[in-house]
Amino acid sequence: MFSRKWIAAAALGSLLLAGQAMAQDKKVIAVSIPAADHGWTAGVVYHAQQAAKEINAAFPGLEVVVKTSPSAAEQVSALEDLSASRKPDALVILPYSSEELTQPVKAIKDAGTFITVVDRGLTDSSIQDLYLAGDNIAVGANTAKFMIDKLGGKGDLVVLRGIPTVIDDERIKGFQDTIKGTGLKVLDIQYAHWNSDEAFKLMQDYLAKYPHIDAVWANDDDMLLGVLEAVKQSGRTDIKLALGGNGMKDIVKKVIDGDAMTPVETPYPPSMIKTAIYMTVANLVGQAPVRGTVKLNAPLITQANAKEYYFPDSPF
Amino acid sequence: MAVMTGSPTTRRISDLNLTWTDVGPFLALAALLVAGFLINPDFLSATNLANVITRSAFIAIIAVGATFVISSGGLDLSVGSMAAFVTGITIMFMNAVAPHAGLWAIPAGMLVAIVVGLLCGLANGLIVTVGRIEPFIATLGTMGIFRALITYLTNGGTIPIDRSLRDAYRPVYFGTVAGIPIPILISIAVAAVASFILYKMKYGRKCAAVGANEDVARYSGISVVKTRTIAYVVQGACVAIAAICYVPRLGAATPTTGQLWELQVITAVVIGGTALRGGKGHVWGTVAGAVILELIANLMVLSDFVSEYLVAAVQGVIIIIAMLIQRFSNSK
Repeated sequence: MFSRKWIAAAALGSLLLAGQAMAQDKKVIAVSIPAADHGWTAGVVYHAQQAAKEINAAFPGLEVVVKTSPSAAEQVSALEDLSASRKPDALVILPYSSEELTQPVKAIKDAGTFITVVDRGLTDSSIQDLYLAGDNIAVGANTAKFMIDKLGGKGDLVVLRGIPTVIDDERIKGFQDTIKGTGLKVLDIQYAHWNSDEAFKLMQDYLAKYPHIDAVWANDDDMLLGVLEAVKQSGRTDIKLALGGNGMKDIVKKVIDGDAMTPVETPYPPSMIKTAIYMTVANLVGQAPVRGTVKLNAPLITQANAKEYYFPDSPF
Repeated sequence: MAVMTGSPTTRRISDLNLTWTDVGPFLALAALLVAGFLINPDFLSATNLANVITRSAFIAIIAVGATFVISSGGLDLSVGSMAAFVTGITIMFMNAVAPHAGLWAIPAGMLVAIVVGLLCGLANGLIVTVGRIEPFIATLGTMGIFRALITYLTNGGTIPIDRSLRDAYRPVYFGTVAGIPIPILISIAVAAVASFILYKMKYGRKCAAVGANEDVARYSGISVVKTRTIAYVVQGACVAIAAICYVPRLGAATPTTGQLWELQVITAVVIGGTALRGGKGHVWGTVAGAVILELIANLMVLSDFVSEYLVAAVQGVIIIIAMLIQRFSNSK
């Protein structure tokens, strides 16, 4: 009885070793991202999984493993498990928070892993080999430029902010710096927490408070959905523009269809995770030099180029 | 029977048989309306008031259910997540049925919403009563479960309702009957039925008795398990009705739908005069409480002197002041 148990354990152990040896032949790229808890992160998960599928099929010598974590603490645990079980050749990470993730990522880096950081930077930028992010200031600035053009340099605006974070602050700053000195005037600016329901209520209140509004900017598309519903209900015709940001598929579809109130969109695309994974692969497989910092532009999405940003199968 | 008079309703207002706890929320509501008008006359415009009261319907309807639960000595933290979950299931069902049944998908979906709501409420009730788990912990657990389920169903994104149903369903939130928005009529109907059950039927007395003193109620031959479980089932039904009104507003369910509604609901019940420790429930006070909460938020936007960073703090202060006014008018 006793010996049989040992034999079983030994057999299992050797199997595990064999499995590890086989995995060792492949180069492993670990992808650590937040779990899908709202539209944008859902898009990140979708595009990371798409990238993994495509790369695993295209390069038999590579294995992309995607791990999602619902909180910063769990992301730290996931990284610890990762470095304990198998040493990945590269790690692509979208950190929950800069402070908590810096040390754990450094530990993996010290073991000789190539580190790609996406969107949110670590507190010590010397850890990363490649850093890739969007441009939140440009999201605000490009939206503002379009509004200035479209409204002929003057008009009354209302703005909906998200959650008090760096992302929100940068978008608002980009917007306000750009309209400074023009005839565009922000009547009101309030938080709606990147939430459609809160945006709906806030827009109803804006409409009750201001008899004339030329344009609305909700700095995220979830909020824009609520705004559009409130405008539709009011039956008001003074609102010429209602713009969002981020690149949600429903809004990009409006741009494709030539919607009058939402003719453009600014991307802060969750698909940037895919860019990061592909660039990491280029380094690992093709020896293409990628070390450095990449900042994706936030070009206006118009009817002409909207197809490039439209992912009908993505949840976002 | 001594239990029933045990609720802390002190002074009676002459012949009307009303107590300060009964009228307190309405006095607060009236004061808020006057203050609002002085700050910005647009506040009392018909459109603004209709918008705000319509918006408060979800919280009001759910809070009527919560009045049962809290009155019976329970608590339900899962209502916001449950509302999101019911909304998600309802939309998925309607979308699946729409190609075959056309517009019949809408009433069928409403029926599904009610059934799902009742089952969710029953699950909460049984975990609390039969499982003998503290309501706070039990419903904290189901709150996480419902929230995770809606996140799973949506893949973290949104479940939009089928375009073919959108316009037909829209009036349930945006439509009016005799000039009154439909969600307001629905909340009045829900509150009327609830106050009949709570004040005119035997069950209502049992509810207050169990909430006021569990042991005394048990010795008087009242089944505590049955009474509390039914309260949670009523809560589930109310969540489902709120979900039915909610779907046509934005036409989608997302993982953030109904977030923090549980706190607003509990606040509305307490502002309305029902004690958090159980006892007599005040259905109409609860409805007034829900309207007060929404009015305060509305007033924050319409007034110009509160910085956007301080809105939540001012709301908190107003709620506490409102409760203090009630407390002092009570103890006179």
